[in-house]
Amino acid sequence: MTAAATTSDPPRRPGLARRLAAWLFPRRRLQIGMLLATPLGWLAIVYLGSLALLLLSAFWAHDVRGVQPFVWSLDAFETLVGNPAYRAVALRTLVVAVAVTLTDAVLAFPIAYYMARVASPRVRNAMVIAVLVPLWAAYLVKVYAWRTILQGNGLLDAVLEPLGIGQPWQGLKEDANSWLVLSYLWLPYMILPLYAGLERIPSSLLEASSDLGGKARTTFRRVVLPLSFPALVAGSIFTFSLTLGDYITPDLVSDAKFIGNVIYDNSSLGSPPLAAAFSLVPITIMVVYLLVARRLGAFESL
Amino acid sequence: MTESRLARVLLRFASGGVLAFLYLPLIVIVLYAFNPSRIQAWPPQGFTLHWFQEALDNRNVMRAVINSLLAGTFATITALVLGTLTAIAVHRYSFFGRQTISFLFVLPIALPGVVTGIALQRSFITFEIDFGLLTIVIGHATFCVVIVFNNVIARLRRLPTSPEEASADLGGDVFTTFRRITAPRLGTALLSAALLSFALSFDEIIVTLFTAGPGTQTIPMFIFSSIQRPNELPVVNVVAFVLILASIVPVWLAQRISGAETAGARL
Repeated sequence: MTAAATTSDPPRRPGLARRLAAWLFPRRRLQIGMLLATPLGWLAIVYLGSLALLLLSAFWAHDVRGVQPFVWSLDAFETLVGNPAYRAVALRTLVVAVAVTLTDAVLAFPIAYYMARVASPRVRNAMVIAVLVPLWAAYLVKVYAWRTILQGNGLLDAVLEPLGIGQPWQGLKEDANSWLVLSYLWLPYMILPLYAGLERIPSSLLEASSDLGGKARTTFRRVVLPLSFPALVAGSIFTFSLTLGDYITPDLVSDAKFIGNVIYDNSSLGSPPLAAAFSLVPITIMVVYLLVARRLGAFESL
Repeated sequence: MTESRLARVLLRFASGGVLAFLYLPLIVIVLYAFNPSRIQAWPPQGFTLHWFQEALDNRNVMRAVINSLLAGTFATITALVLGTLTAIAVHRYSFFGRQTISFLFVLPIALPGVVTGIALQRSFITFEIDFGLLTIVIGHATFCVVIVFNNVIARLRRLPTSPEEASADLGGDVFTTFRRITAPRLGTALLSAALLSFALSFDEIIVTLFTAGPGTQTIPMFIFSSIQRPNELPVVNVVAFVLILASIVPVWLAQRISGAETAGARL
């Protein structure tokens, strides 16, 4: 599988591979270097290099002739700060990301708890599969399905109309659509880590709590919730980050733009420096979020 | 067990409700795939298999399927090699910057996809790399590497190193030990990592829209561009139906490989 295994073929030429191995044996640093050279080269050059270039390009000038690489300017930042529309977009994205994360946490907790602590092993296994199938179903298929449900004359209209609440409903123009669909999309990403986290809590702790007179509510608040918190944070990394970075869902199910839409719309046709400058917002938010999550021990629960 | 009877009943209802919510949109699309009407109104107007034939005859669909399969295969192979190498280095050796590497390997997954997308697009434009299958594969490989790394390192942490030491004591060199001891023990971890990264690549659209050229279309790109054209929706329904069926395959395979949790535990 690795370069080391494929470049040498010991049975045919035992001498060379063995001499190389013997020569490498005391040279630990070289071994590490050989192992890490390609992958780190890849990630460092392709990924971090691209991020660095993106950061730089936020300071490039842009005029009618297009982007002027390495001609420095603060125009993109002035536009971003000066135009209240961009602030509204950033705020909307952040609010929806928080709302989606909270919604998913509330929806995921009962089912994850049921799977981890109430269901029999057979039922539990079936439920894990039942949660996994929608997770693996294609992203766009799910967004598209919601689009057909939410649009005029769709399933939702057919349900709402007889109830007499069809009138205020505006189909795909509704702002809350993004919140609903994104909560749907990322729900399995919250259920699975939470289920794993709840399963790890030893039953003896719950029994001890009730033996010591703790009511169900007290046990939940003082034992279950604190012990499953890292798993909750781990799940929230997905729900939060995936919402911050989405532009397809807001585009397909509502009229309200997200940060991602502004970035995408400006990436090649509009003002690329503006897109680059705006992408610093989700980057900063996520880096802070990750550092806090690591503090809270969420990485072990990923 | 500390849960009261009432609590259990409530939990069961809540779980059922969540599962119903998860399946509702999938069922709706399955029903529409057989709808004879071109208009997507509820309820569907009857039953037909006509659109399946139309999807099979659609050249754009077939070309997109091939592109997606190619991108998934190449991205997965790249990720398997790079991710495994890093996981072994981080696990078996201690060196300066090890923690940083672990953190670095979370970034491509944890940072929003739109950031990865626009960053790579900026690089490709600046270095004048032609947009096409290659740039799609590069984009996909950046997050597939993370999947492989996470899966392999999780397996390595669970395995004792004594068999490797025994192999070395018995005269096996680094390569022999890797080939005969480490690689077989990583087998199922590599398999489920490959499965997961192929599926992620096959499904990717957020990064792909930035890194694909105008001439190369993957399956998600086909769906995205067709959604806006009402005439093509019946074919989209069929493609969606097939993709929903296809999502059972990786879950079933992962179940066969090593129990249910592999399919989702190490995202």
